[in-house]
Amino acid sequence: MSVGLTSYLTVAAILFTIGVFGIFINRKNVIVILMSIELILLAVNINLVAFSVYLHQVTGQIFALFVLTVAAAEAAVGLAILVTFFRNRGDIAVDDVSMMKG
Amino acid sequence: MDLQAVAFGVLAVVSIAAAALVISARNPVHSVLFLILTFFSAAGLFVLMGAEFLAMLLVVVYVGAVAVLFLFVVMMLDVDFAQFRQGFARYMPFGLVVAALLLFEMIVVSAAVATRGAAGGQTVPMASTAGFTNAEAIGRVLYTQYVYFFEAAGLVLLIAMIGAIVLTLHHRPHVRRQSVSRQVGRNRGSGMDVVQIKSGEGAPE
Repeated sequence: MSVGLTSYLTVAAILFTIGVFGIFINRKNVIVILMSIELILLAVNINLVAFSVYLHQVTGQIFALFVLTVAAAEAAVGLAILVTFFRNRGDIAVDDVSMMKG
Repeated sequence: MDLQAVAFGVLAVVSIAAAALVISARNPVHSVLFLILTFFSAAGLFVLMGAEFLAMLLVVVYVGAVAVLFLFVVMMLDVDFAQFRQGFARYMPFGLVVAALLLFEMIVVSAAVATRGAAGGQTVPMASTAGFTNAEAIGRVLYTQYVYFFEAAGLVLLIAMIGAIVLTLHHRPHVRRQSVSRQVGRNRGSGMDVVQIKSGEGAPE
């Protein structure tokens, strides 16, 4: 027997949950939060590809491609903001990011 | 138990374990390396499903670009990462409750969709269509039906690139830089000044 759709969806669900949990427990570390977001987007991609393959339609893989694009752009801009923040503050503690409240 | 099931089990366990280590590693450099391992295992899962093109894309884009970017930033920032571990135990119980609920809901829903949804009847993954490779099949749809979305994706990447450059570009004041055009454009008229000085008075200010 081959591996069923449910197995892939379960792996994706576990990865998604690990990503959300990572955001919860690493509230102060922006870098790990960004990595958790990458994990969440990876779980989404696994879901899209699994459904695309089991529905015999290639559209899901194209959506996964776009999610990949957005994830890469998000990582680039997020890390650029992080570098700028570090240059201005000398630290990356997220607790102080309320400085733009005015 | 066939080879495919064994490969799926190994890849799934490795990817989940690596993802758990990403969020729990003390050293963020180790986190990035485990993130790379997670992406590699996910690429293996994609290959197992028959989505070879996306698997290669995952390796190239994530491991080659995003993870290396993460590594650069982690190593460039001179931060004491131990200080971020403080709230770890405080947020743990609440996070565990939310994560358990979320996981339960997602698995129930995906099991229901997988057995009774639109994909319910099909238990066999898409075989490589006769004559088409996976990349070819994607290209046939991407460049026809989704061509505007493809252009928009390119635009998103362009704007992200410009945004990252604008954010990190840093002009230091009081730095004398070489201006080649000014050097080359200098001639006798603009570079030299002839002043007539009357004797006994000295040069004017």
